[in-house]
Amino acid sequence: MEAETTTDIKWVLACYASDVPENGGACVKYEEEQIAVFNFTRRGEWFATQNLCPHKQQMVLSRGMIGSTGEECEPKVACPFHKKTFSLISGECLSGDEYQIKTYPVKLEGDKVYIGIRSTT
Amino acid sequence: MVNEKPTIVVVGNGMVGYKFCEKLVSKTDAYQVIVFGDEPRPAYDRVHLSEYFSGKTADDLLMNTLDWYSENNISLHLNDPVQEINPEAKTVHSLKGEVIKYDYLVLATGSSAFVPDIPGVEKEGVFVYRTIEDLELISAYAKNAKNGAVMGGGLLGLEAAKALIDLGLNETHVIEFAPRLMPRQIDQPGSTMLQMKLKELGLQIHLNKSTSEIAGEGKITALNFADDSSLPVDMLVISAGIRPRDELAKLAGLHVGNRGGIVVNEMMQTSDPSIFAIGECALHEGMIYGLVAPGYEMAEVVVSKITGGEREFHGFDMSTKLKLIGVDVASFGDPFINEPDCRTIALEDTSKGIYKRINITKDGKSLLGGVLIGDAEDYNMLLQTVKNNIALPPNPEDLILGTRGGESTEGGAGVMNLPEEALICSCESITKGAICCKVRDEGITTVDGIKKATKAGTGCGGCIPMVKDLVIGTMKEQGMYVKNVLCEHFDYSRQELMDLIKMNNVRSYDEALDHYGRGDGCEVCKPAVAAILSSLWNDLIVKQQPIQDSNDRYLANIQKGGTYSVVPRIPGGEITPEKLIVIGQVAQKYNLYTKITGGQRIDLFGAHVNDLPAIWEELIDAGFESGHAYGKSLRTVKSCVGSTWCRFGLQDSVSFAIEVEERYKGIRSPHKLKGGVSGCIRECAEAQAKDFGIIATEKGWNLYVCGNGGSKPQHAQLIAADVDKETCIKYLDRFLMFYIKTADPLARTATWLNKMEGGLSYLKNVVVNDSLGIGEQLEEEIQHLINSYHCEWTEVVRNPELRKQFSHFVNAPEEKDPTIEFDSMREQIKAKEW
Ligand SMILES: Cc1cc2nc3c(=O)[nH]c(=O)nc-3n(C[C@H](O)[C@H](O)[C@H](O)COP(=O)(O)OP(=O)(O)OC[C@H]3O[C@@H](n4cnc5c(N)ncnc54)[C@H](O)[C@@H]3O)c2cc1C
Ligand code: SF4
Ligand code: SF4
Ligand code: FES
Repeated sequence: MEAETTTDIKWVLACYASDVPENGGACVKYEEEQIAVFNFTRRGEWFATQNLCPHKQQMVLSRGMIGSTGEECEPKVACPFHKKTFSLISGECLSGDEYQIKTYPVKLEGDKVYIGIRSTT
Repeated sequence: MVNEKPTIVVVGNGMVGYKFCEKLVSKTDAYQVIVFGDEPRPAYDRVHLSEYFSGKTADDLLMNTLDWYSENNISLHLNDPVQEINPEAKTVHSLKGEVIKYDYLVLATGSSAFVPDIPGVEKEGVFVYRTIEDLELISAYAKNAKNGAVMGGGLLGLEAAKALIDLGLNETHVIEFAPRLMPRQIDQPGSTMLQMKLKELGLQIHLNKSTSEIAGEGKITALNFADDSSLPVDMLVISAGIRPRDELAKLAGLHVGNRGGIVVNEMMQTSDPSIFAIGECALHEGMIYGLVAPGYEMAEVVVSKITGGEREFHGFDMSTKLKLIGVDVASFGDPFINEPDCRTIALEDTSKGIYKRINITKDGKSLLGGVLIGDAEDYNMLLQTVKNNIALPPNPEDLILGTRGGESTEGGAGVMNLPEEALICSCESITKGAICCKVRDEGITTVDGIKKATKAGTGCGGCIPMVKDLVIGTMKEQGMYVKNVLCEHFDYSRQELMDLIKMNNVRSYDEALDHYGRGDGCEVCKPAVAAILSSLWNDLIVKQQPIQDSNDRYLANIQKGGTYSVVPRIPGGEITPEKLIVIGQVAQKYNLYTKITGGQRIDLFGAHVNDLPAIWEELIDAGFESGHAYGKSLRTVKSCVGSTWCRFGLQDSVSFAIEVEERYKGIRSPHKLKGGVSGCIRECAEAQAKDFGIIATEKGWNLYVCGNGGSKPQHAQLIAADVDKETCIKYLDRFLMFYIKTADPLARTATWLNKMEGGLSYLKNVVVNDSLGIGEQLEEEIQHLINSYHCEWTEVVRNPELRKQFSHFVNAPEEKDPTIEFDSMREQIKAKEW
């Protein structure tokens, strides 16, 4: 996360807030990438991660269920295939495996949802 | 680089070499650690190597990532075997020319496959089974091979044979020199039973065969045996035992055993006290340990020695439990001891393929060891009984006669009686005390949590059921565990929550969470509450979209690769030619794979999410309805053709099946429901394997309930005999609604009954004798659900807003997921392997 101060973030218009079901996700196409955006209405927050589940390389995380875990209410998404769960903040796998998924910052301007892409220099 | 820390060099980055590093860095950072590995990749899980064929990638199998090594300041030289040790100068010399001076040297060179000296072993098509590279070679070669053989019928040989079957060879043979399979682990009757089961699975087994030659011009074409017989094969995997890799040690003048292995003492020191040997290369008191758990213990001993501890190695229990080609095999303690030195109790059931043997002391007080084939559910508990010398019950045969009345011996009470120091996870040597302490003092209440906190269950995973029982048992002891709570967000059981939701007329998930839960929910409580809501109110399921399981959310089952299957309802399995044609046309148009299911309908696989509404529109126009295959609800009522055509038929089973299926279709329940109706006792519809089964009699119908196929088959039990149709339906109404209202989420009817206090007689009393006085109420409630039936797909197809939800990309709704790919097989598509 410390990288944020040093790298540039390019904000890409992903979709409209009303396109993404409440407390659910949708998949956004950005160039050749597939990004899962989550509208966590219950928390009034938006999250974005890679759409690919690293377990069996399935393009499905946007179709997973979101929720939270632990005292701190860490927001998470569960892959619909084998229910591995991933933190929506750090991308860490929360079911005890050594997987890591990419997460992206999200911002809202009116009804427009932007995803922040960190430029890799 | 300036470096004043003493140096430890590890030779070999296999499972044990890796575990040594992991254990060392978790205790101290006072050493500079340098690792040399012969293989091109960092240490991986060799124990689960075969999973490489069932979809795991090499990366999945890694013990840890390269980053882990650098984060822990371990310098790892891969692809660079150590070639020489100079014990006087205390240096090692690697192939790539590195020369490193060490303070301690740890040899973890493992073993290689033993290849007997048979003419022809060098031929093309002859393999061993040890590394990922071996597997890659085997799998490439198998593409052009028809028949394969494995030399060696031991544990690894049988695993290799399974791999050949999975690779799609027409014939797989196992050649064993000894008169039986797995001679080192199990006894003769056990071997016989195993052999029988394996034969059923298509393996051809040849015992007492000594191979004299591997024949063929350059590449293998046949095996010739000493008895002058011969077997044509295109490939051979040799699995004739292991040879410890002691060549390096020998060269350096360290003591090695006559038959291989680096001699070590109880501190794992070789004949040079600053050189240690651990894992499969070490020879301790004449014994090579070919399993990971003892290797991990050896690693622990060396870490202890280096950091000033006093742990010693004094042999290791070689008990094992594995699943060989789907057959449970376990041996524990002393499996071979015989009468008169002990009393032996054996149980053999050839029809089920189960063999169990236990050896107990002559006074009948303690367990010495045993063998389990076909059903090893009791393994963990039996092993603990041996290890901790727990007193046996007065009728020790109960230990293997098993689970009558549903209460498993592994259940809560059993494990809680173990002593605190009982070793639960032998891979990571975690005791019962350590696990219970985490629950008691740190409040960890999930298996995942325990895995993270203690590493228990992260090795072979065999102890996980026990860990789970210990967690629950300790919670109960602490008064922490009061009931079966749904998950961390709701402190209620499913039934309690259902009552609350009903009494307070709760209509949405968020409302339920606000009033009765906490946090933001999860993948456990969301679908559970969704199912409760639809069981109670039968609202349109897509309205609750994001709390549904992905299957419910898209009204279709997600399949490998991310496509969906489409399953129209075909009540009772009866279908007109016109409708069959429509299914064929739709499948053709949308390029779908078609298959007849076990429930007598037709599944169409491989649909893109975008195509689902259009596919359903065509099916619905032709008169089909949703088959609800995606929901926890009634699947099919299977029927035989009955008295309309069958000469034995007593009643019209097809009409009854259709009537029942139409009646209960679409109703949401704790788990899926299946039914069956047979026209006579010959039972062609297999109704007794279903949640409810109806069988025609001379006088009417017999009703059976709570049967199950699947992984734990159980016959349905009779609750009403010779009743007429109306009575049969009345009982079914009550039975189903009682189940819907009282079962835990994801409990099939069989499990629900097994856990029910009072069992079948109680259930029968409620349903048939109305002992609770709720019969009428149950009938009314289910009637309400029946009346509010709707075909979910019809509603989606007619509603443009709902249709919009069926796209892959929100920002490019027309575009399909470009990553979806198919293979082809027998002229149809097939999901790409993962
Ligand atoms: C298919 C299969 C299934 C198995 N199933 C089970 C099971 O169910 N349960 C169980 O307990 N055990 C099982 N085993 C056995 C288990 O895998 C071994 O006991 C374990 O891997 C031994 O670990 P190790 O580190 O001693 O040896 P290895 O894992 O063999 O590692 C030794 C490493 O050292 C390297 N090396 C050797 N010489 C040098 C050198 N000079 N320089 C540098 N590197 C060198 C080798 O290349 C190798 O990578 C199975 C094994 C196989 C092959
Ligand atoms: S169960 Fe009886 S009636 Fe039905 S097909 Fe079989 S033999 Fe015929
Ligand atoms: S038995 Fe069922 S779950 Fe298992 S592979 Fe077949 S269809 Fe899938
Ligand atoms: S593919 Fe995501 S958990 Fe298996």
